[in-house]
Amino acid sequence: MKKTLALALAMMMAATMILTGCGGNSDTEERVVNVCSWGEYIDESLIDEFEEQTGIKVNYQTAESNEALYSLLKTGAGDYDVIVPSDYMIARLIDEGMLAELDYSNIPNYALIDDQYKGLSYDPDNKYTVPYTWGTLGIIYNTTMVDEEITSWDAMFDPKYEGNVLMIRNSRDALAAALLDLGYSLNTTDESQIREAYDLLKTAKENGVYQAFVMDEVFQKMEGGNAAIAMYYAGDYLTMLENNEDLAFVVPEEGSNWFVDAMCVLKNAQHKTEAEEWINFIASTESNLANMDYIWYASPNAEALEQYPDYYAEEYGEDLDQDLYEIMAAPADVLARCELYVNLPSDTLTLYNDLWTELGI
Amino acid sequence: MRKNNSLFNRFFMVLTFVFLYAPIALLIIFSFNAGSSNTVWKGFSLEWYGKLFSNRIIMQSVYTTLLVSVLATVIATVAGTFAAIGFFAMRRKIRDPLMTVNNIPMMNADIVTGVSLCLFFVAFFGLFQKVTGTRLTLGFGTLLIAHIGFNIPYVILSVGPKLRQMDKNLIDAAMDLGCIWMQAFWKVILPEIKPGIVSGALTAFTMSIDDFVISYFTAGSSASTLAMTIYGMTKKRVSPQINAISTLLFVTVLVLLAIVNIREARQERLAAKKHI
Amino acid sequence: MRNKLSRFAIPYVVWMALFVVAPIIMVVIYAFTSANGGFTLANFARMGTYGVVFVRSFKLALIATAICLLIGYPVSYMLSKEGDRFQRIAMVLIMLPMWMNFLLRTYSWMSILENNGLLNQFFQKIGVIAAYNSIFGTNIKYFHMIGTPGAVVLGMVYNYLPFMILPIYSVIIKLDHSLLEAARDLGANTFNVFRRVILPLSLPGVLSGITMVFVPAVSTFAISQMLGGGTQMLLGDLIEQQYMGGAYNPHLGAAISLVMMIIVVVCMWVMNRFGEGEEQAVML
Repeated sequence: MKKTLALALAMMMAATMILTGCGGNSDTEERVVNVCSWGEYIDESLIDEFEEQTGIKVNYQTAESNEALYSLLKTGAGDYDVIVPSDYMIARLIDEGMLAELDYSNIPNYALIDDQYKGLSYDPDNKYTVPYTWGTLGIIYNTTMVDEEITSWDAMFDPKYEGNVLMIRNSRDALAAALLDLGYSLNTTDESQIREAYDLLKTAKENGVYQAFVMDEVFQKMEGGNAAIAMYYAGDYLTMLENNEDLAFVVPEEGSNWFVDAMCVLKNAQHKTEAEEWINFIASTESNLANMDYIWYASPNAEALEQYPDYYAEEYGEDLDQDLYEIMAAPADVLARCELYVNLPSDTLTLYNDLWTELGI
Repeated sequence: MRKNNSLFNRFFMVLTFVFLYAPIALLIIFSFNAGSSNTVWKGFSLEWYGKLFSNRIIMQSVYTTLLVSVLATVIATVAGTFAAIGFFAMRRKIRDPLMTVNNIPMMNADIVTGVSLCLFFVAFFGLFQKVTGTRLTLGFGTLLIAHIGFNIPYVILSVGPKLRQMDKNLIDAAMDLGCIWMQAFWKVILPEIKPGIVSGALTAFTMSIDDFVISYFTAGSSASTLAMTIYGMTKKRVSPQINAISTLLFVTVLVLLAIVNIREARQERLAAKKHI
Repeated sequence: MRNKLSRFAIPYVVWMALFVVAPIIMVVIYAFTSANGGFTLANFARMGTYGVVFVRSFKLALIATAICLLIGYPVSYMLSKEGDRFQRIAMVLIMLPMWMNFLLRTYSWMSILENNGLLNQFFQKIGVIAAYNSIFGTNIKYFHMIGTPGAVVLGMVYNYLPFMILPIYSVIIKLDHSLLEAARDLGANTFNVFRRVILPLSLPGVLSGITMVFVPAVSTFAISQMLGGGTQMLLGDLIEQQYMGGAYNPHLGAAISLVMMIIVVVCMWVMNRFGEGEEQAVML
């Protein structure tokens, strides 16, 4: 028994040694950039292209949500150079002195970003960020499982859909849906309003409305027809639509959130030069077109956004459906009822945290 | 005197094995699926295996997993054996409290071990940066320390009883006959406790391969074990590449165990023949 | 002479001080401080709110442990009565899944238990769902399985069953058969032999099995997240959320960890007292 077990162990070791030969080429001089983004949020061929062009190795990782990213940074479990948080989280990170100021002379493609996405509330002086994408938050539903047209956030709390609703798993978006449904602002700092929104969520949860709390698991669930209603981002809806034609998307009439996700460099980044090279590469029109085509999130690059319908026509030999284009890049009348998140004061953030933990139990 | 199992009992056993293996069988079947679904069969294809080998993240994490498991097993086996001998030679009064501390990582929930190590490393790194100005981060090093840490107790646990079974006069006799302690260790103790060391190493290796929670809290972002990669993937759209890697792992282990068992059976048969 | 050998343990004692004791002290420090560093008991004061999670975790883990025992004991017992060859293969088969990562196995259950999953498809095909609808007058298209406490318990049982079988089996297989014969000769029937001889003698294995199933089950977060869909929050989820998840608060996380650790240690201590503190059964 013992001899053979030792043999097995030796074989395992040999296998590792062989693998060491193949995989462990860690040259000391190798240039690296550590990127942390969201899941399903990049055309992965761009990574290869960047590596080929520059010889910089991209360590591409993903976090689940803005709040989770914040936790990873704080616990020290995340050691990144470039991150792609959303507006309100950027403001918070700037507030807490965690971001580095960018050297825009290394990022010439910044000039291509539409002025609309510069100087926004989270980075008023354009010192820390280069926008990556923008979009809207809305409700995705399966038309074969719902017998009405959904137009309101009510659907996310309606006991009628018991066990068929997927609630989003991050405190900001989930509470925003409840706040909007109650007719409040999604940036409110009024504790009683936030508590009221929490109660709405809690009651719905206790009534068994929610089948699950999801982030990117939503793809599998909605595409497979395992749930009827979910709230998620417009770009991801379009990805799901490719795999399930019965899905519909709506930006509810009460209004919603429109967001900008932007690339930032962390203050303690160890590869700042490489990070800026990466950011410049991603900000180019070609990268933005490729990304838009792959992840269906609207680009802040004015050129790319404008060229996209032609790009699509050339790529697929058919015209891009205008409705789809408008879901991706919401037109002015939809954006008029949407609001950008702003960073909340720390008391409110603590309240969000506490309520979110309590909601889970 | 040995009464064989009734048909019902056999059925119960078979049912248990079906329960254990049905999900694994499904994983394997759907690794050959042409579609990307895990529930709808769309025809046979090897697509996912091809994609798997070009998936850098998965391959890198397989490598990290094997490397950390092997290194941790080797280091923990050596360290654990010495520690067990040391404990064995101690007086009960000192040994008992130390054994209690040794049992903590085994008794504790993985998540508590993981969290405590994470907090400790980060606090230590903070201090280190203040003193030396160098910034350290969680990574392969911390992952390895964590794995060694939870492996050593298993080695001690399986070496300890062998030491106690050993004839205590053997060491004294060896010393009396002029052995220095190193010789006593190599020539007398080691052969006696070898089975314990081997089973301890095997347990340690199994624990390392199977671990997710402690790695999750101590590996940081620069190292990722296979388990962490899979966990990350289950939070996204799951790709059947996961099925493919499961199948490969399963087959590898199956083949290894089969070889081991066939060899063993053959040796036993040979031994039996010699006896006659 | 023996004292010289005891020096062998010194490196490991240093190691334990560094990587076992110090980290736990860190947890204690975090549990009793607030975000700005001052001493506080607030983290524990909030524990009442999370009582539900404690109760749910212990309940589900206990159910899972009981089911593991109810399956694991008979299987170990029956196995020990089979031929050597069969036993060897069976043991390999029981250990084999452990070498595949438990997340893979749990992930497989996700696709089985989904509303449109394999099990529901199967039920539909063989008409179980139609039969259910006609008997109960309902109109369901599937059985709701994923995201329920049952699914989480199933995941626990599935993953930890080998941890129950192995220690029990390793104890039963070593039982002295002459004892059983003696008991039979003295007139005990099968049931009595089992109750008076086999059961008490295999108790160390059972206790060790219970520990090995209960502790990971009560603190899991991956299983409850994958099969519970985030609606069945367990202690593990609660702690994970404070460190890596959507509600960063390491101080609260440390306090919850500490309380859980104490409860588990007390449970184990009581149980081992009950088992007369005998040497733990050999693990694998």
